[in-house]
Amino acid sequence: MKDDIILRVIAKLVMPFMLLFALYVQFHGDLGPGGGFQAGVIAAAAIVFYAIIFGLPAGRKLAPEWLVEKILAVGVLLYAGVGIAGLFLGGTYLDYFVLDADPVHGQHRGIFWVEVGVALTVSGTMLKLFYMFAGRGRDGEEL
Amino acid sequence: MAVAVVAMATQRNLFGVVVLFSIYSFLMATVLFALDAVDVAMTEAAVGAGVSTVLLLGALYLTGGTEAKPLHRPLIPLALAIAVGALLAYGMLGLPAFSDPEAPIHAHVAPRYLGEGLKETGVPNIVTAVLASYRGYDTLGETVVIFTGGAGVIALLRRRRRNGS
Repeated sequence: MKDDIILRVIAKLVMPFMLLFALYVQFHGDLGPGGGFQAGVIAAAAIVFYAIIFGLPAGRKLAPEWLVEKILAVGVLLYAGVGIAGLFLGGTYLDYFVLDADPVHGQHRGIFWVEVGVALTVSGTMLKLFYMFAGRGRDGEEL
Repeated sequence: MAVAVVAMATQRNLFGVVVLFSIYSFLMATVLFALDAVDVAMTEAAVGAGVSTVLLLGALYLTGGTEAKPLHRPLIPLALAIAVGALLAYGMLGLPAFSDPEAPIHAHVAPRYLGEGLKETGVPNIVTAVLASYRGYDTLGETVVIFTGGAGVIALLRRRRRNGS
């Protein structure tokens, strides 16, 4: 679909809004609908969309595979790390009240980082799945 | 949605099945939206209708687009499906009425979450508060499950690549 000028222009126009919407869903998840999972999927969908229109190599350039694999693991570690941070600050595992002097503020902080972890893992997994499926049968790597 | 399901079951062209599947997911997202579950509706629209459609199309590209003719007549599976469906329908008779405030699920911890959630966490979206704070362990488990699934797919598909080269 690389040669279709309409698709290319529309994709370029829509991409920033999709990524912005993902960020909005991520950081506005406290107040409105949304959260880490949805934001991760939307961000991954934006990049999948880009890779479909402009070809897999362009998508791989935008979000390199090594980076995708790293954030897949970093997300889980971040989530677990929030729990361990709670342990070090004198609470129990995944206890957010101790993350800040003000307990409510601590809750905010804990939820924020946990959601970031979820978003990273989800978008990493989705993208990696897409790359693995789309990459098979090309590059002479099949079977 | 029922039309989409019947069409999916009778369709032999897998490309059509994938498109119908996507339509079904969008309808499901609309239903969830009508039930005020906006968070779930977003997830359904993005995962069910978006990413999984792309993945299924990618799989079709590798396998070819027509379903093979079944070897046996599907009578026993059909009977089994009808029996299980009837059992589930029978079980549903025992459920409390829809949005009944006296239902057990609303009488346990839900009032505390709804009443104290905003005060304790300062997060107006109760879904986020429950998901990330009260049920933090469960969400951690879910994240680990997603990670494990992704790692499993990587392990499976990457071994093939090494064998080929």
